[in-house]
Amino acid sequence: MAVEQSLSALVERALAESAASADLAALDEVRVRLLGKKGLLTEQLKSLGKLPPAERPAAGQRINDAKAAIHEAIEQRRSALDQAALDKALAAGSLDVTLPGRGQAQGGMHPVTRTRLRIERIFTQAGFQIATGPEVEDDFHNFEALNIPKNHPARAMHDTFYFPDGRLLRTHTSPVQIRAMRTQKPPLSVIAPGRVYRCDSDMTHTPMFHQVEGFVVGENVSFANLKAMLHTFVERFFETSLGMRLRPSYFPFTEPSAEVDIECVFCRGGGCRVCKQSGWLEILGCGMIHPNVLDAAGIDSEQWQGYAFGMGIERLTMLRYGVDDLRLFFENDLQFLKQFP
Amino acid sequence: MKITTRWLEEFTPLGASPAELGARLTVAGLEVESIAPAAPPFSGVVVGEVLGCGRHPDAERLAVCQVTTDGADRLQIICGAPNVRAGLKVAVAKIGARLPGDLTIKRAQLRGLESQGMLCSARELGLGEEHDGILELPEEFAVGRDVREALDLEDTIIEVNATPNRGDCMSVFGIARDYTAAQQRRYLCYETAAVAPRHDGTVPVVLAVSGPCPVFAGRLIRGIRAGAGTPLWLRERLRRIGVNSISPVVDVTNYVMAELGQPLHAYDRARLSGSITVRWAAAGEHVTLLDDKEYALEADCLVIADDAGAVGLAGIMGGRHTAICDQTTDVFLEAAHFTPDAGAGRARRMGLFTDAEQRFERGVDSSLPARAIERATALLLEIVGGEPGPVDVQRAGEPASPRRVRLRRERLARVLGAEIPDTEAREWLGAISRCVDDTPSGWQVEAPSHRFDISIEVDLIEEIARLRGFDRIAERHAITPQVAGCAGESRISNERLLTALIDRGYREAITYSFVDPVVQRTLFPQTPSLALANPISAELSEMRVSLWPGLLQACRENRRRQQSRVRLFELGRKFCVGEAGLEEVDSLAGIVCGSTWPEQWGSRAQAIDFFDVKADLAGLFALTGNETLIRFEAADMFCLRPGRSARLMLEDRALGWLGELHPRLAKQFDISPAPLLFEIEVELSFASKRLLFNKISKFPSVRRDLAVVIDEHVTLAQLRENVSVSAANVLSELIVFDVYRGPGIDSGRKSIALGLILQDSSRTLTDVDADAVMTSVVARLRDDLSATIRD
Repeated sequence: MAVEQSLSALVERALAESAASADLAALDEVRVRLLGKKGLLTEQLKSLGKLPPAERPAAGQRINDAKAAIHEAIEQRRSALDQAALDKALAAGSLDVTLPGRGQAQGGMHPVTRTRLRIERIFTQAGFQIATGPEVEDDFHNFEALNIPKNHPARAMHDTFYFPDGRLLRTHTSPVQIRAMRTQKPPLSVIAPGRVYRCDSDMTHTPMFHQVEGFVVGENVSFANLKAMLHTFVERFFETSLGMRLRPSYFPFTEPSAEVDIECVFCRGGGCRVCKQSGWLEILGCGMIHPNVLDAAGIDSEQWQGYAFGMGIERLTMLRYGVDDLRLFFENDLQFLKQFP
Repeated sequence: MKITTRWLEEFTPLGASPAELGARLTVAGLEVESIAPAAPPFSGVVVGEVLGCGRHPDAERLAVCQVTTDGADRLQIICGAPNVRAGLKVAVAKIGARLPGDLTIKRAQLRGLESQGMLCSARELGLGEEHDGILELPEEFAVGRDVREALDLEDTIIEVNATPNRGDCMSVFGIARDYTAAQQRRYLCYETAAVAPRHDGTVPVVLAVSGPCPVFAGRLIRGIRAGAGTPLWLRERLRRIGVNSISPVVDVTNYVMAELGQPLHAYDRARLSGSITVRWAAAGEHVTLLDDKEYALEADCLVIADDAGAVGLAGIMGGRHTAICDQTTDVFLEAAHFTPDAGAGRARRMGLFTDAEQRFERGVDSSLPARAIERATALLLEIVGGEPGPVDVQRAGEPASPRRVRLRRERLARVLGAEIPDTEAREWLGAISRCVDDTPSGWQVEAPSHRFDISIEVDLIEEIARLRGFDRIAERHAITPQVAGCAGESRISNERLLTALIDRGYREAITYSFVDPVVQRTLFPQTPSLALANPISAELSEMRVSLWPGLLQACRENRRRQQSRVRLFELGRKFCVGEAGLEEVDSLAGIVCGSTWPEQWGSRAQAIDFFDVKADLAGLFALTGNETLIRFEAADMFCLRPGRSARLMLEDRALGWLGELHPRLAKQFDISPAPLLFEIEVELSFASKRLLFNKISKFPSVRRDLAVVIDEHVTLAQLRENVSVSAANVLSELIVFDVYRGPGIDSGRKSIALGLILQDSSRTLTDVDADAVMTSVVARLRDDLSATIRD
């Protein structure tokens, strides 16, 4: 009777003590005092031998139950203390996640290059090859072969930069068309992006700018094909469906020739400052390659025919991103460049 | 070029509002630049007559006028114009009239007298700048008529931009003809009545050259009324198309040119000596033209000369000496045909851009001269009177036979990608030429003399497509052979290079290909370059031999705009002049200044140096797989700081440079601290290695660290080479993890800490193996580089 009373008192006390332990050390002290080699319960087990043999199993069972109960209480307390310690450590190590990250900042691509690459991608996906040519050109490739003989009034439209030896800076990317046609056999689908130069500088002209020339030569390549290709291009480029119209125009190297207008991307045809209230934006020139040009390139114009187009990259960039001053493209002001990732 | 709708309507019905007319002209290839009313809106202005006119009692310059505006009323109007007088027909703004500029006429008191309206000047009605006096209306204008109606002001000015191939549209009639063809599928003819001669006097004309001047028509008109004025209607027409009124004779020639497209010139017969000759200019010949400037003529200039010398530049501008003046009584009218190449180039060379030259350069109808003379004669007789002689037409050579151009229906369909019925095609052809014949395969068309742009089959195809409307050709995608694209990897693409630098914090710049020669010389005093013959400015006059001049400028401008950190690059061409001539080289260059990292917390700001940029370049070379073959050799270059520049080499080829701008130049360009610069040739540098897989070693690696003390002048490259030789086969990586100079190290020496990663592909390296390797490395460094090992 005395044993039982003292056991249950012991358990009660042990539970209270472990629950009251403030840290792992205190808890361990409780464990050693009760369950250690010289602990109170261990002592009780040792004293079993003094009991009559018939009582020993029942007494042993009771002591072991008490021991298990105390053990569990201590373990529960231990895991609670562990968790609290971890919580505390985690709380101490938390970050201000709104502080900026460290390292190099991201740079950016020039918007003209961005547009050029997009144009290249649209056309190469349609099967066009990319060609390049020299920027210092001769009169033959820049003018003569393009059906612009000396004294032709169209030369007045090209304010040409010359070198003392008669060479010149190409005024358009069309000479690449001649070079490609003279070195490759039709059928051909080529675009030629690059820098071009005109001796003109004011609000809306810079002496250097970029063009993309494109041309297709085949046996049945028609004006209807040209319209379809260009319409697809402008819709892909502006990522929206847009009205397009072709106005008859004149270039010595194409016949028929046309200027291409698209529905104004800012006002959608309603009329605004950018389209000068007309609802239309002129974006490129095109036409069917003049037979003289094919012949000058050694391509039989009876068998082959084709279309060509040329567009200003800066113009498309301005329309796409709303840049309102051409000259910004070549000032390389970081405040401008930083707007183009 | 400007035309007006009322003028156009004299030749063809328009059937459209001005805006619609503009749209129709534009889609037919005559781009309309602007559409504007002939006069701004105003109302309540009528024709009046000044019945009496007296001086204002209290104002010397004011007149008190009695004016009637319906024959019965008597309005008292105070007027300050010097030309007001009794009997004059005037434009009267009555009480309540609304004038341009939001002005409403009210009853007013002028120095004590009432004024019941206003007599208007041309400027007050928006009819030009004339403000010296009030507008004098023709006597025949009926009193009371609305001025807008009397002056035909419900007219619209349309500015048309004719392309250089369309000389035939450089006139009111020409545009009417094209409009008629497009709208009515009808060929419009110009009819003019001949004026019978009343004497047989002529001025003899000799065509000494045949090619450039095949036709010369002249007519002598005697006894014109000197001092007659140009009628208001004619002045108004000219004003609307932007031509100043000069004198009746000159106004008529300008009017006929605007109407028909044929330039005319009028000479004062009394000032012409002898006969007229069309010839090339003689050596050393001079002429003073109507612009009062004297021109030295070159031998390729075609001139009109009299017996005393050149009196005008053919087809470009007449001379001052023989020009019409107030005293002229006998006029010799010239309407000649000059071919497009007769004056082309010369006018531009001399800076003479005249209406006549513009037309001849584009091509004027060779059948016009005589008709233009008849039209001008009729107008002149009406205005200044006189007695006309016969029209004398001189011809040089046989008239060129008209071009006959064939059109095959198959070709028409193939080029346009559209089927056009034969009957329709035939109609369009009939609208541009009076001579169209059917042939088995299509048609044969005679190009009319006013069309210089029709000579081959596609020209006719263009005409049909244009007049019919480009919008009527349906879009159709081409069926083209499918050819596989090329996705080669033998060279790193430019796009990849751009992207790599952008990801390393660089921004792409685009600078001009021509640069300031002063800047270029400062950087590259020895490098030959190509100069432009006609630069736009001295600062943009020489082709760049490097991208650095442009980038330096961009860097400096950005620094001036308070950008402390600049990381710019450009990929573009430089223009190198070598023994083999000009070479255009694709070049990748950059400029960097400011701190290594953007300003940020947790790390100290550190100024960028050579090795930061070297890492960026190494990053690019790593894309090729060839990075270990690229060497950075210490080398000096004029514009780079000695001791801090390197030439990049691939085998024995120089790829480019990396270095710090020479402090002297940094000061000169006002960029502080000195920026780092690099420039490499793209084609040579970014050929890519064919990638081949190496088996991954299954055996662990061993790391051994070594601190080597060597002389200052010994380079890492030397160290690396020695280590590689002695640790051959097992050295998989060599890391430099510290470079130290200072206490503990003798001056003139430095300590470099190396980490050697050793790995064998066939077995596990033991400590004994690794020790053996390290012993041999140490021995070699000691012997060859006088290295000592730091513990």
